[in-house]
Amino acid sequence: MAKPIAIKKGFDIKLAGSPNKTLSDTPLSDVVALRPPDFPEVIPKVLVEPGTDVLAGQAIYFDKNRPDLRFTSPVSGEVVEVVRGEKRRILEIRILPDKGDSRYVEFARTNPAQLDRQELIEQLSESGCWAYIRQRPFSLIADPLDTPKAIFVSCFDTAPLAPDLSYIIGFEKENFLTGLAALRQLANGNLHLSFGRSLPESLTEAELEPLGRVHYFQGPHPAGNVGVQIHHIDPIQKGDIVWYVHPQDVIIIGRLFREGRYRADRIIALTGSSVTAPQYFRMATGQRISSITEGRVAGDAFVRYIQGNVLTGQTSAPTEFLSFYTNQLTLIPEGNEPEFLGWLLPGLGKLSLSRTFFSWLTPTRTYNLDTNLHGEERAFVLTGQYDKVLPMNIYPVHLLKAILARDIERMEQLGIYEVSEEDFALCEFVCTSKIDVQRIIAEGLQYARQEG
Amino acid sequence: MKIARQLVDSVKPHFEKGGKLEKFHPAFDALETFLFVPGSTTRHGVHIRDAMDMKRTMFTVIIALIPTLLFGMWNVGYQHYRAYGMEMSLFDNFMFGFWKVLPIVIVSYAVGLGVEFLFAIVRNHQVSEGYLVTGLLIPLTLPVTIPLWMVALAAVFCTLLGKEIFGGTGMNFMNPALLARAFLFFAFPAYMSGDVWTDLSPEPGHAIVDAYSGATNLVAFDTNYRQMASVPGMFWGIEQGSIGETSVFACLLGAFILIITGVGSWKIIASCFAGAWVMGAFLNLVAPVELINNAMHTPAYYHWLLGGFAFGAVYMATDPVSAAQTERGKWVYGLLIGAFTVILRVFNPAYPEGVMLSILLMNVFAPLIDYVVVEQHIKNRVKRA
Repeated sequence: MAKPIAIKKGFDIKLAGSPNKTLSDTPLSDVVALRPPDFPEVIPKVLVEPGTDVLAGQAIYFDKNRPDLRFTSPVSGEVVEVVRGEKRRILEIRILPDKGDSRYVEFARTNPAQLDRQELIEQLSESGCWAYIRQRPFSLIADPLDTPKAIFVSCFDTAPLAPDLSYIIGFEKENFLTGLAALRQLANGNLHLSFGRSLPESLTEAELEPLGRVHYFQGPHPAGNVGVQIHHIDPIQKGDIVWYVHPQDVIIIGRLFREGRYRADRIIALTGSSVTAPQYFRMATGQRISSITEGRVAGDAFVRYIQGNVLTGQTSAPTEFLSFYTNQLTLIPEGNEPEFLGWLLPGLGKLSLSRTFFSWLTPTRTYNLDTNLHGEERAFVLTGQYDKVLPMNIYPVHLLKAILARDIERMEQLGIYEVSEEDFALCEFVCTSKIDVQRIIAEGLQYARQEG
Repeated sequence: MKIARQLVDSVKPHFEKGGKLEKFHPAFDALETFLFVPGSTTRHGVHIRDAMDMKRTMFTVIIALIPTLLFGMWNVGYQHYRAYGMEMSLFDNFMFGFWKVLPIVIVSYAVGLGVEFLFAIVRNHQVSEGYLVTGLLIPLTLPVTIPLWMVALAAVFCTLLGKEIFGGTGMNFMNPALLARAFLFFAFPAYMSGDVWTDLSPEPGHAIVDAYSGATNLVAFDTNYRQMASVPGMFWGIEQGSIGETSVFACLLGAFILIITGVGSWKIIASCFAGAWVMGAFLNLVAPVELINNAMHTPAYYHWLLGGFAFGAVYMATDPVSAAQTERGKWVYGLLIGAFTVILRVFNPAYPEGVMLSILLMNVFAPLIDYVVVEQHIKNRVKRA
């Protein structure tokens, strides 16, 4: 076993509501939806209309700018509605799934190691699996015309209440290994796999070594972020492109080659202090969120539904549908009650990275946090806070100020291409001035992409 | 608590858009958020937030200042009665100081916050919490005999020229409280140096004792450093000086609170002390042997105990807005403050209190220090490629 890479900076937010290791199957909901807004920069051209009968794996829409980039149906059934918003923007394409077994588009069942790179790309594009492969910088869907410097798969998640990926990989080890073999082929051999302290019980180094380089990371969140791992293994310079894939998506890619089908069900962790019994559910991408949350919400306070974790997830509603990249649902109470002299109280139940509340005396307890902002937005005042939670060779405040000043040269010098919003999520969490750090980073990335 | 909420809610509509008192919304908002942490929730980005906000931060600094304030009050009384040769109880000493210091604190807060509120209303922005600390720092750096109108003037100067013209808390480049003190020091030297450190209001039936001298250690030390108060006296702070500066012990208590809570930078505090010691020790080495009373011979650690050094290093140099902002820059910034303080003290008898000027000087240089550190960082990043 290689020596682990030690991540010293960061912070594990200990929340109540981590999932038990029980897995339930979820029957398909009445309606399943594809959501084009899941993909920034994609302009959808729809191939179906209400009434069209579709198979699982059949293309539903494609990107106007990149016709090869197809998005396919996760289920078989009948298209019932194309939901549009302002300016006729397509928000959802709703499909009524078949009652019985799903019908699939059949793809070739092959060993991906025997396909050449071009054939692989074709099969991935054809089946809609290409969208699982994303690139840094900018966290967008990868461009098959690029040759990435390497492909990274982070096989552990350190975010608050994150699903245990070892547990999930354990259910479909063979599909996972086949998926990795496909990625190795795409990366021309430069595949990097990162794990926490140890490998999942189901895997051995002997199985993984032929596929890619195995790395171990040790330390608090954001050690599991793929961006942090790239930074420590093989940093991105201007002009470099690396790709990354989530392990659950690796499994789906593996199924494509082993079963010849696009089978887009995945394991979702239902977590958070507002869930009565947090656990895992197997469900299809695009299913209604309420199909697993109904009857499982604790208390009667207002609850926030988050697709993803509390640091980087998107606010959602129970009637909405599971996004393409969602692996976790978090339910926490809304904190919209004013608190009398809240800044003055000892604060035994308040979590802070600083030690200005007495809760620091009980470091092991878990917290039931709500969505309250705990203060108002201010100018940058305190210094050195962000540095404590960003394990990268980057000066966060200086980068943010370069972005606010729209100084592209400075942004590049300070490392804009290496970062993603999620890497700065903890900076935003600890910020005393309550600054929207992730939004500024997103603006900076957008600007760098246009101007850089 | 419920009553307070009802009261706030009942008057709130007047201050909202379209209300009669719409113009005063910033003032109302400041009071409302003082009473209640708002129920606003996260909207984009992270869904949960650290419980610490600017109010908690400033409140923590105030807690850290309390030891110096309480000790300062006692010492004001003690010095007063000592000048008359009277032995008083701890309580009497404290109460004398309390009634002398309280008006200064009240004037500082009332005038400074008044200006802040006025600015917030005119400029229609929120009232920032910065003055909660500044308003207490100003009195602690002044002699107890200061006329109240000068305190008011200092508070106005500090808020207007120290902060608001740059855009408010977070935008200023010099420590506002220290700027206020420097303003008084240069504008009214007669009230800020010389025989001003002890309140000599008459005590019926008592005359000032013959041995009384109004000279502080800093003055004594320029002529003959051996004439200073005892080392324990300087450490505990039983000596003349500005209200809050005399007790090194109280400052260290404050430093402990600031460092434990993570509000003050331990790097700045430690490097200030280190810088002063190194420069003091260096001057010892090069001091002229024939002048045995020359200030250059002062043992290096005396500089920690003298005057307002500890107060400046703990409470003034650590102001995050005006200090160096990079972690490496903080070391350089602190070391230079310590070293300059000693140089000013030893070589310039006209400005006995070197710490004030050297912090202001380094405030001006902090952006340059940061610039060098960031450039170095960028070079290293390129080299890694």
